[in-house]
Amino acid sequence: MTAAAPVLRVEGLAKSYGGVRALDGVSFEVQAGELLALIGPNGAGKSTCFNVVNGQIRPDAGTVRLAGRDITGRAPRAIARLGVGRTFQIAAVFVSLTVLANVETAILASRGRSFGLWRPQDGQARDEALALLEQTGLAARAEHAAAGLAYGDVKRLELAIALAGSPRLLLMDEPTAGMGAHERLALIGLVQRLAAARGLAVLFTEHSMDVVFGHADRVLVLARGRVIADGSAEAVRADPQVRAVYLGRSGTEGRT
Amino acid sequence: MTLDSLAFQMINGLASASGLFFVAAGLSIIFGVTRIVNMAHGAFYMLGLYLAVTLADRLPGPLGYWGGLLLAALAIGLLGAAVEILLLRRIYHVPELYQLVATFALALILNDAALWLWGPEDLLGPRAPGLKGSIELIGRRLPEYDVFLAIAGPAVLLGLHLLMKRTRFGRTVRAATQDREMVAALGINPALLFTAVFALGACLAGLGGALQTAREPANLSLDLAVLGDAFVVVVIGGMGSIPGAYVAAVLVALTKALCIALGTVDITGWAFNMSKLTLVAEFLVMALVLVLRPQGLFGRPHGAPARGQADEAPLRPLGASGRTLAGLALAAALAVPLLASAWAYAPVLALDMLVAVLFAASLHLVMGPGGMASFGHAAYFGLGAYGTALAATGLGLPTVPAFGVGILAAGAGALVFGWFCVRLEGVYLAMLTLAFAQIVWSVIFQWEEVTGGSNGLIGIWPDWPFDSRAGLYLAALAVTVAGLLMIRRLIHAPFGHALRAGRDARRRAEASGIDVAGIRWLAFLASGLLAGAAGGLYAFAKGSISPETLAVGRSIDALVMVLLGGLSSPAGPVLGAGAFTLLQDMVMRETAYWRALLGALILALVLLFPGGIAGGLSRLAARWSPAR
Repeated sequence: MTAAAPVLRVEGLAKSYGGVRALDGVSFEVQAGELLALIGPNGAGKSTCFNVVNGQIRPDAGTVRLAGRDITGRAPRAIARLGVGRTFQIAAVFVSLTVLANVETAILASRGRSFGLWRPQDGQARDEALALLEQTGLAARAEHAAAGLAYGDVKRLELAIALAGSPRLLLMDEPTAGMGAHERLALIGLVQRLAAARGLAVLFTEHSMDVVFGHADRVLVLARGRVIADGSAEAVRADPQVRAVYLGRSGTEGRT
Repeated sequence: MTLDSLAFQMINGLASASGLFFVAAGLSIIFGVTRIVNMAHGAFYMLGLYLAVTLADRLPGPLGYWGGLLLAALAIGLLGAAVEILLLRRIYHVPELYQLVATFALALILNDAALWLWGPEDLLGPRAPGLKGSIELIGRRLPEYDVFLAIAGPAVLLGLHLLMKRTRFGRTVRAATQDREMVAALGINPALLFTAVFALGACLAGLGGALQTAREPANLSLDLAVLGDAFVVVVIGGMGSIPGAYVAAVLVALTKALCIALGTVDITGWAFNMSKLTLVAEFLVMALVLVLRPQGLFGRPHGAPARGQADEAPLRPLGASGRTLAGLALAAALAVPLLASAWAYAPVLALDMLVAVLFAASLHLVMGPGGMASFGHAAYFGLGAYGTALAATGLGLPTVPAFGVGILAAGAGALVFGWFCVRLEGVYLAMLTLAFAQIVWSVIFQWEEVTGGSNGLIGIWPDWPFDSRAGLYLAALAVTVAGLLMIRRLIHAPFGHALRAGRDARRRAEASGIDVAGIRWLAFLASGLLAGAAGGLYAFAKGSISPETLAVGRSIDALVMVLLGGLSSPAGPVLGAGAFTLLQDMVMRETAYWRALLGALILALVLLFPGGIAGGLSRLAARWSPAR
């Protein structure tokens, strides 16, 4: 791998379902420390693109490279071990564990130590887990059951879990879905700070335009499986094609 | 093998396929709309057969016979409607596992109802008027009735196809199968639809049973035998697909027919009696389909449902009071041999309890933290028992190595079956575990030269120092305590956390780098080894074993113990097994209708006390110490 290789480089991704082209030659890059927002109307191919990068879907054509290394079509857990963390649209955490154990379990998994059978987990990754909870503002809840958390805290816990493997790339599917305006900006601000501090590349899909245009370093617009714009928030906002295809119809409803 | 014997077996196979298809199609339709796997479906089949035999005897003439068949099927349909209204409506909202055990409880109750109504003897029905003869086909005589049945299957398939495609009811059923929200949106009364669908499914099973009147006698073991077969068919064909059910039923039946037609074949000097390998063949077909198409031949891919146990408290290290209680329990257990002079029966009962505790704890490992409901854990218990017994009596090994052989045999079984099981979720997994257990049972039942067939094995006695009651009891106590400690280590280790993580949110766990299938497989293996140890202890405790040792009833006993104790508590299986053994010993031995009693107990647990004993105790503790 070369120093110049971007953290994520996607080239010529294609995927069809029946006759429908969900992805049709999608290419883009994400650099370390950069927040790239992936937007587009419903059915534009955002989720498919996301799941291809994450390994849940195998593309018909195209490659996914992580820091220069081809990871196309690998299993999600293998991709996770190579340094890709992700969060889900409907936040998923391990509800029967404590908040701390959620993060400890993810840390040990990223080190390939999930098959430890004898030594109790308690204490094996406690300090690192507490540090992550500190950064995500959940330290006070470390010993609580994850099942009892408020939804905003669940989102933050999921972020801590996704960061547990010290990833180079963080994938966030609708990170602020289901949150109020205040919480929403707080969460994305947190992501922005963490990305800057860790040199983390972040790729996220998002419906809330305040989040996208207020925080993303770059915006990528998908429509019918193709990239129709890729640039700074200002450039994309001014792009006439984007206005016609996307903002013209659904942009106003998202601008709360 | 000759061509005519093959053709003969083919027609015979198609005739059996029809019966199997009716049951599997009913199961599939019910699942499609209600998302409930009806464990009582085999019981509907069995009752249909009993009822048809009775009606055919009572009603006069050919009209009476054929009318009786239809009446029996309709009566089972009505029974299905009643069951839906009285029971299923109360369990649509409960977790999958509880739905499975509740319908299984119903099967137990229906089985005892049949025992009460018709007695334990097999009932053979009259032969079918008009189809008593046989027709000649390439020099062999085929019973007319088999030919009729072979045609009846595709005929009913066609009828169902028309029902689903051409009628308003059929369209509604298809819409509901694809999207349940749709039903309410279409302005259809969902309660009525569910009742009608359940009645239709039950009616099909009843018809399948009734049509066997002229072919096989009605007996009380048919319900589980048919249920296991139907599960294999549904897994192969794909849940929710009616054509899939037919194709799979034919595939299974023809595979069996082929094995029987092949007879004994010579493979590199070894003579294999293929006709005894029918069950293995059935298993291989299913295994192949599952590897190539996990959703079945005609099924749609099924997503992994999030099945977090939100009511489960996080694991904590045992507190001071917990340690004291565990210590007291151990001290009491150690003191049991001292009671023997006053109460000779005490060590016997206590030994039964230990076996039950170890067995229930092994099941709890996969079911609780693992989230995999095994309906066939008796297979590993039985492999342990038979492995131990064969090593001790056949090979003449001393007690300890023989016990080791038993544990390894169970582990090997868990390793093979587990590989398939951990790839499935929820009801598919439950069906597969039950089918595997049926296969192991049948192999042991049929392999007379080695296992003694239905007579089982006798004279399995441990040698010194385990040959005294106290010696064996203390050894069993040591094994059980070691097993429980091992489970405790496992679930507190990273492995146990990863296991629970995979259960709570599988995709989340995989996205964090956890090898969920691998973790589950290992849990399955550990559980199999422990169940095998319980089986080995059982063999030495009883001195003799039979296929009854690993019958479905034992799997269900373990399920009840786990639920009785409380699924979401590590102490649950210990409490549940203890309470269940006492209950079994004091109450169930007193009645011939213990299945109905067990079924009622399960229904009470599911409907009224889903937390089990441990859940009840912790609620009590919370009430008594509000300061905590």
